[in-house]
Amino acid sequence: MRRLVAIVLLAVAGNVIADTALDARLRKLEEELRCLVCQNQSLADSGAGLADDLRREVRALAVAGKSDEEIKQFLVARYGDFVLYNPPVKSTTWLLWFGPFVLLAGGAVLWWAIGRRRSRRNSDDFKRPDGEATPQEAVEKARELLDSPLE
Amino acid sequence: MKSLRLIVPLVVFLVIVVFLWAGLSRDPREVPSPLIGKPAPAFELAQLHAPGKKLGTADMKGQVWLLNVWASWCVSCRVEHPLLVELAKANVVPVIGLNYKDKNELGLAWLAQNGDPYRLSVIDADGRVGIDWGVYGVPETFVVDKAGMIRYKQIGPLTAEALQQKILPLVRSLQQS
Repeated sequence: MRRLVAIVLLAVAGNVIADTALDARLRKLEEELRCLVCQNQSLADSGAGLADDLRREVRALAVAGKSDEEIKQFLVARYGDFVLYNPPVKSTTWLLWFGPFVLLAGGAVLWWAIGRRRSRRNSDDFKRPDGEATPQEAVEKARELLDSPLE
Repeated sequence: MKSLRLIVPLVVFLVIVVFLWAGLSRDPREVPSPLIGKPAPAFELAQLHAPGKKLGTADMKGQVWLLNVWASWCVSCRVEHPLLVELAKANVVPVIGLNYKDKNELGLAWLAQNGDPYRLSVIDADGRVGIDWGVYGVPETFVVDKAGMIRYKQIGPLTAEALQQKILPLVRSLQQS
């Protein structure tokens, strides 16, 4: 009798653990999926009727042993990439994924170009108006004048 | 050099304007269906008027037809309904109704009250077939060609404009091919 009770308890506990693991997995998955009715809510948060149906569908697929990736594919085949909060990288989303890095690189190039021009202008201050460097003898002469005692 | 300094920010600004304008002028509720150009998801469902009998996508092979997703609880279905009734009178293309997540008696009463433009209506009480067809906002209307491919999807109520300019010309050209 005690053995039977123990077995039943173990079975129940096993079920509960499996259920909470499944619930956690589904919760995580549903947070990555968009509800199509209220588009700024995830499937996990939405109270729309369709979201209920889709959650039921997702659970049934998970119970049937489908992986998260397969479940996502199931929904994408019906509703498009729009159901994914994390859009896939493909030719139509290159601008979305890489655009910010292109802008960042463009900004860096611009910064470098402006900095270079500015430093060149600063070094121009030591040049004569005709663009030629001050001749060495003129520098020497100036130094001589500066160093000579005042009269 | 001076003019470049003026032109570059102007061009950047105009590019941003074009992107924002294009983004704002689109309806976010209209999610393009990945099913267009793909085979219509098969179903075989009980008929609303004769639940003992079934109708499936296989029965529609060889003709151009429309699938209209409707429900008695759907408010905007009432908006498009007169257009469907008129379309049925013109008898240009068979329209199959998918009675989506509805109670049979409510659906039947709704048709009795508003007129029944459908060749047949089938029952999708739990919305399973709706999910297969990517339905997310009732009413929706699909155009299916002779080979059973989905060629067009109207999200939300039909309008006279959509019917005259898109759906009917498409139906005609599909019927001839």
